[in-house]
Amino acid sequence: MSNKTQDLTKETLVDLYIKMVKIRKFEEAAAELWGEGLIPGLVHLYIGEEAVAAGACANLRKNDYITSTHRGHGHLIAKGGDVKKMMAELLGRRTGYSKGKGGSMHMCAPEIGVMGCSGIVGAGILIATGLGLAVELKQTDQVVLCFFGDGATNTGAFHEGMNMAALWKLPVIYVCENNLYAISVSTSRSTSIKNIAERATAYGIPGVIVDGMDVLAVYEAVKKAVNRARRHEGPTLIECKTYRFRGHFEGDPKRGGIYRSEAEMMEWEKKCPIKNFKAKLIENGVLTEAEIEEIERKCAEEIQEAVKFAKDSPYPSPEEVLEDVFISL
Amino acid sequence: MVRELDFAGAINEALRQEMARDETVIVLGEDIGVFGGIFGCTKGLLEEFGEKRVRDTPISESAIIGAAIGAALGGLRPVAEIEFMDFIGLAMDQIFNQLAKIRYMFSGSMKTPVVIRTPCGSRYPATSGAAQHSQCLEAWFMHVPGLKVVMPSTPYDAKGLLINAIRDDDPVLFIEHKLLYYARRMPTLREKYPSMICHVPEEEYAIPFGQADIKREGRDVTIVATMMMVHKALNVANDLAKQGIDVEVIDPRTLIPLDKQAIIDSVKKTGRVVIASEDCKTGGVASEIASVVMEVAFDYLDAPIQRVSALDVPIPYSPILEGVAIPQEKNIIDAIKRIVG
Repeated sequence: MSNKTQDLTKETLVDLYIKMVKIRKFEEAAAELWGEGLIPGLVHLYIGEEAVAAGACANLRKNDYITSTHRGHGHLIAKGGDVKKMMAELLGRRTGYSKGKGGSMHMCAPEIGVMGCSGIVGAGILIATGLGLAVELKQTDQVVLCFFGDGATNTGAFHEGMNMAALWKLPVIYVCENNLYAISVSTSRSTSIKNIAERATAYGIPGVIVDGMDVLAVYEAVKKAVNRARRHEGPTLIECKTYRFRGHFEGDPKRGGIYRSEAEMMEWEKKCPIKNFKAKLIENGVLTEAEIEEIERKCAEEIQEAVKFAKDSPYPSPEEVLEDVFISL
Repeated sequence: MVRELDFAGAINEALRQEMARDETVIVLGEDIGVFGGIFGCTKGLLEEFGEKRVRDTPISESAIIGAAIGAALGGLRPVAEIEFMDFIGLAMDQIFNQLAKIRYMFSGSMKTPVVIRTPCGSRYPATSGAAQHSQCLEAWFMHVPGLKVVMPSTPYDAKGLLINAIRDDDPVLFIEHKLLYYARRMPTLREKYPSMICHVPEEEYAIPFGQADIKREGRDVTIVATMMMVHKALNVANDLAKQGIDVEVIDPRTLIPLDKQAIIDSVKKTGRVVIASEDCKTGGVASEIASVVMEVAFDYLDAPIQRVSALDVPIPYSPILEGVAIPQEKNIIDAIKRIVG
């Protein structure tokens, strides 16, 4: 685990921790609500992968763009999303990010650069590439950070997007969250190479392998790639080795135990990004136990407020079904 | 002298004028830059607007559309070209799961003003395209809520509708029938279908979507026709006029939105309708329009609705076969004779 806390301001370190805790608490609450039958649809939780979203997004400005995936709650929170609107969306309420039309997999927040999630694996890679093209033409120093999973790297969209972005030197950071499984199929059974980052070689761009359970390592790697992109030097592919502690979706039997061994799951849980970062913060004197507890309490409180907000929110009215198909027809 | 343009010339002029007017308009696609487009529609744009705004892309249909969507989300107005409509399958996810749905599934938070231009259709009798370079697939896209589907038949309509498409904040699929490009290089074609080249004003003008155009007024029977079938229908109308049958030809110009009222009004007047469309008959454009007429104007019909469409076969190569697979004037006349008289 990288031990570079001294290179970062206390503010950044604390913010990284807060973001990870907030994501964890949000996801735990979502799991609970799902269990209670209050979430009408599918949810894919980010528990275990918090270091990737938090570490990556800490390098971004408000007007930088991200694109997200079916497992997108963490990305949205890390980019500054409103947990009330998120929770309301999960519950299908009118106050949600998509007024109840999207659900877990279809939220966006363009005002903070979150340009949408997608239920189609790999689709966001191309949209991120296009956002990069817009930035390139407008000649701003914005960057685009594109999250996707290991499964997406076996789609044609990945190849088409990487080639195009590398060819045109677009300011995109492609962050692959390799959690080792595309639903139930392990990368060893789906992917021709061990390290996805090596695929960068095919496009003549940097490929970086990072411990995705280490928020500081993610932060550092993405920082380099962001700087490169801001200098208009082109894209980078970053592979974060990570693991989801829950199943592919809530309801996945035995938390994915049909296709993952208990031993493997326990091994990865020891690498919990929050637990380990907490220990480091205390060890390096950045935060005290009491301060940590206070952060966790506040995050839990914020999430509980979000749950209450969502539960108290109205459902959309049936006539809204026809709204927003077109801007004008 | 009246200023005339052919179909590709009208498309080219619309693109050029919109790119000059609005610097957020960009074009991207295969062979559209240095080569000027496989049918010459983007000729000269690279020289005039530079390679940042006129992008030759790799053969990556999915990335062409995906990049156009992202660029639109980032504030541009991309006009993406899919070189042949037959290649659109490679970009399908981006079109029907992303582009068409972004407005709705994010409940109005984002907009994607993307235009996809794509040539469709059979080039019989000019040249043979066979099964993978000749299809009319517009019906697929009528079935995806969130896309506007535009298909002009004349250079005048092409320019005005394309300008309107580029200025529209919703995604637009802009379909160009390939045979319409051939009027200039094939004089016999123009002789046969004189309206393939027509007066096009030099100034910019936008034709609103959802407004059908009555290409010929008549009292006895309505032909609803799209793209190349409009020209065939006009020929039929001229022929049948000599036999005392007065044919009305309506071009919806846009399938989504569809000017149902204009079609219904015409049917109320004539009591008979033939729908001529070059896509396959089963589950096709004509089927949908026929359903609309049945639902709304059943009481005004004096005869069964007739569909004139392509046979339910892949487009064959040999001209002898292709000419049979694609609906021709003869098929329209047969249909009319079945219900008039």
